[in-house]
Amino acid sequence: MNAFRNSVQAAIPALRRYARALTRDAEAADDLVQDTLVRALRSEHLFHEGDVRSWLYTILTNLNRNRLRTLARRPALTPIEEADTPGMSGPEAGARDIERALASLVEDQRAALLLVVLEGLSYREVAEVQGVPIGTVMSRLARARAQIKAYLEGERPPLRRIK
Amino acid sequence: MANRDAPILEAELHAYVDGELPAERRPAVRAWLAEHPEDAARVAAWQAQAELINARYGAIAQEPVPLRLDVARLARGERRWSILAIAAVLAAFVLGGVAGWFGRETWAGAVAGVRVLTADAIDAHKLYVVEVRHPVEVAGTEQAHLVQWLSKRLGYDVHAPDLGPIGLKLVGGRLLPGASGAGAALLMYEAPSGERFTVYCARADGPESALRYHAAGSVAAFSWVDDNKGFVVSGPADRDRLLKIAQSVYDQENTPADKKPG
Repeated sequence: MNAFRNSVQAAIPALRRYARALTRDAEAADDLVQDTLVRALRSEHLFHEGDVRSWLYTILTNLNRNRLRTLARRPALTPIEEADTPGMSGPEAGARDIERALASLVEDQRAALLLVVLEGLSYREVAEVQGVPIGTVMSRLARARAQIKAYLEGERPPLRRIK
Repeated sequence: MANRDAPILEAELHAYVDGELPAERRPAVRAWLAEHPEDAARVAAWQAQAELINARYGAIAQEPVPLRLDVARLARGERRWSILAIAAVLAAFVLGGVAGWFGRETWAGAVAGVRVLTADAIDAHKLYVVEVRHPVEVAGTEQAHLVQWLSKRLGYDVHAPDLGPIGLKLVGGRLLPGASGAGAALLMYEAPSGERFTVYCARADGPESALRYHAAGSVAAFSWVDDNKGFVVSGPADRDRLLKIAQSVYDQENTPADKKPG
């Protein structure tokens, strides 16, 4: 394989992680990654310089935006994983809560937050991926964090003081 | 150190948490946090969020990558399907992005549509392949009647691909309810060993799509959209064998000789 394809291959585990956190649906996430890869391979000749990884994040982020637009018209497709699962506690409850907290975010805020805290991209890189100025990335981050904080504190009032 | 007493902005707190703050500003932020417990609590909450997110999703990057995401395989497999499928998909995507013309017909829309279609097809497959006495409504021995009937009911040409060359005999077919009230055709094939495969066909709006593999336990399927029709080839979960069958169905659907002249 050439250098380009090697870079693409090397990015797949991180893309899967990002896609899963974005969609919170394992199958939809891998579909997104597959679409991203197909598109990237198809456009290999268009890729001259820059960071392959950022480019892949850009494609995936855009494809997911389109996907959500479709899902909004098909409410029946709400992922089962988001259904209520009562009776959980401990780390599983924490995992469920953060999933729900992420689900409560506006898509652009969720993507910005995940790209920074999960994928370790710099503000500048996120600005390129989202096609917005750095200031916009920072305000998305701030809103996302405030929203998650409010969500987690509202969701589990008894635990708030224990921390 | 002229800024020593200037208030630290929230933006700087985020930058501090994310390692984006210039090194020379860090001591000032630390000093600020030591004296402002509310800001310190916010920063701690943000860091805890990041930990929760990483605890929940971090391990996914350690999982083995599914075969369908292998780059070499995608690059190879794509060529065969690329001319129609990928080109159309890209064209739709670009047009959709630039003009917003396509609306619901974007690539992602088609992808979601195919997922619904595939789920329907796999359900039908599971329901009917186990039938001993009534697996189909019209038997394969009446192929001409079957095809004519399905085409008439569905309002477009339905073909029963000839899978004899790869060892599959047509058992027959049936009409099914499809998504949003439109009908769907289910054709069943049987291997000499008794394994059954189905070809499901229903209306699908949206552009042509790439071939997709879906595994659902012991059953798996390949699906694609072509010429406003969605196709799903389902059978026992054996990727290579299913691919061969799907490829044959695809090729026959795209052979003009297979369609009635005029």
